[in-house]
Amino acid sequence: MTAVAKTPTAIKAKQRPGDRVFSASTVFAGSLILVILAAVALFLIAQSVPAFAADPADIVGGEGFWSYVAPLAFGTVWGAVIALAIAVPLSIGIALFISHYAPRRLASPLGYVIDLLAAVPSVVYGLWGIGVLAPAVVPFYLWLTENLGWFPLFSGPVSGTGRTILTVAVVLAVMILPIITALSREIFLQTPRLHEEAALALGATRWEMIRMAVLPFGRPGIVSASMLGLGRALGETMAVAIILSPAAIVKFALLQQQNPNTIAANIALSFPESFGLGTNTLIASGLMLFVITLVVNSIARYIVNRRKAFSGAN
Amino acid sequence: MAVTTGARPFANSLTAGRLPRGATFGVLAASWLVLLIVFLLLQMGGVTENFNLVGALVLGTVLFAVTLFAVSFAVEGSRLAKDRLATILVTCAFVLALIPLVSLVFTVVTFGAARFDPQFFSYSMRNVVGQGGGAIHAVIGTVEITLAAAAMSVPIGMLTAIYLVEYGRGRLAQAITFLVDVMTGIPSIVAGLFAYALFVLFTEPGVRMGFGGAVALSVLMIPIVVRSTEEMLKLVPNELREASYALGVPKWLTIVKVVLPTSLAGILTGVTLAIARVIGETAPLLIIAGFTASVNYNLFSDRMMTLPVFVYNQYVSQGQDAQAYIDRAWTGALVLILIVMLLNLIARIVARVFAPKSR
Repeated sequence: MTAVAKTPTAIKAKQRPGDRVFSASTVFAGSLILVILAAVALFLIAQSVPAFAADPADIVGGEGFWSYVAPLAFGTVWGAVIALAIAVPLSIGIALFISHYAPRRLASPLGYVIDLLAAVPSVVYGLWGIGVLAPAVVPFYLWLTENLGWFPLFSGPVSGTGRTILTVAVVLAVMILPIITALSREIFLQTPRLHEEAALALGATRWEMIRMAVLPFGRPGIVSASMLGLGRALGETMAVAIILSPAAIVKFALLQQQNPNTIAANIALSFPESFGLGTNTLIASGLMLFVITLVVNSIARYIVNRRKAFSGAN
Repeated sequence: MAVTTGARPFANSLTAGRLPRGATFGVLAASWLVLLIVFLLLQMGGVTENFNLVGALVLGTVLFAVTLFAVSFAVEGSRLAKDRLATILVTCAFVLALIPLVSLVFTVVTFGAARFDPQFFSYSMRNVVGQGGGAIHAVIGTVEITLAAAAMSVPIGMLTAIYLVEYGRGRLAQAITFLVDVMTGIPSIVAGLFAYALFVLFTEPGVRMGFGGAVALSVLMIPIVVRSTEEMLKLVPNELREASYALGVPKWLTIVKVVLPTSLAGILTGVTLAIARVIGETAPLLIIAGFTASVNYNLFSDRMMTLPVFVYNQYVSQGQDAQAYIDRAWTGALVLILIVMLLNLIARIVARVFAPKSR
């Protein structure tokens, strides 16, 4: 029992001045991120306090901050949820097409084409939405209200310009398609090859193979990708600001002239002309948006981190 | 009383109970043809005013899906029919996603070509009402603000990524990873509000300056740079680091001389893509950089026009001769898309040229 077999002590590398400077600067940069994020929260809160503390009569609308921000928050969530309802099935389809249906050689160019959708700036989507999409969908909306008007969502009178929340949601859906598609595609491609081949060997058709092997494997990935897309849609500003014809109301109808505005679009539209307490109110509403997206994104990250499927090398 | 033992109904058991090979495309062509004829008849009968090609193709595709499903169900059974239906739906989803892309590119190019002339790139909007004018002030603003944002966020982002991959252990690294994720999700308009709330403390209320825009953009850009650099650094094989250590090279020199050059292509690609991402941001610049009609070279005082805000502003506040404003907006959008595409292209070329030689 000699003391040779002690736990080996870790060998400490010699610290040169260059090492100290370099590692200190990386730590500094990393800590700067903490500082920046804390600053974002702190400065927003500091500038919002006047709006929270103000006399309710002084806030726009005259009923206090919360009743000012409530319809906006509703519009934000409602628009993003419709966009998500449109985008998620489409994205899963596209991701499946690229990962399992398209010819192998075409897969990566096709993925690049879809990624191009993400490269288009949001203000251009806004122009396209109001210049091309909104006029184009009016006949379709008319048809919807005439034939499905009994369904509350499609109740009339229909907007004559097409600048409704459904149009906005369609544009938002196009904007969040690429991110959901890219993430789902990644996770579909990671499906264990043996699972797929086992399913096919048992005589499954391609669709049955996808339902038995690919989709169950990819479900958490799809959920988190959708949440990230939702976070994107919640914060999207310019497309909504340009396309929507807004009003301060809470309404589920999709095709009418008066639509609930979103927080982000309201800020973009009102900020340039605001002053004093109005500015504080807008910043406070921005803080609410920050909180909403933070919650949504945290849920997404939690789902991703519960299953470390994305991290690759080493 | 001989029970007829089923005479073998089919000649070839391998192709039995299957639709022939060309069935899919045949049915597709047939259903499009049927709907085209229906719509043509409707038009000639005076029911619809003009020929509805889009409607014919959409309904034709629906008819195709239903017919093929029914036929396949009858001949091949429910499982293969479902498989065919799934294939159709998945392909339709892809085609559907291409429609907005094609339509958008087509619209921007056709409308944007109207004012895509030298004047657009040499004139500002100072004292311009109606026709004429250009976006040189916006181009200058975009270039300055984006460069300033890149100059701030690239060092911070890269060093943070190096910390996370090479040094980071324990609480701080976990916290930073989490917060970078949080930062990725910050809505762009909130970044703009942050920059405003920050600068309003040091200056007067209603402050507008280009540098504020750069700060807002770097809040959006830092997490993208961190994420992409981190991914690239993780791809560097550990053997390279260990070989360097074994030769007695200090850690920081290993990082600077071995790890970074190996991943340079990926990092540059990531930075270029990050620039392409933020160069189209409108909302934060609208908040903190504001809009103006004149050229402003100074980042630190006064309003500064940028290309996305130019597009928005021209479209929203149309004056006399509205068409001139709309044309300028579309041309601005075209220039913006061209810049973003160019940056994407550069990123791909960089990735290819600087990629480590593998032999």
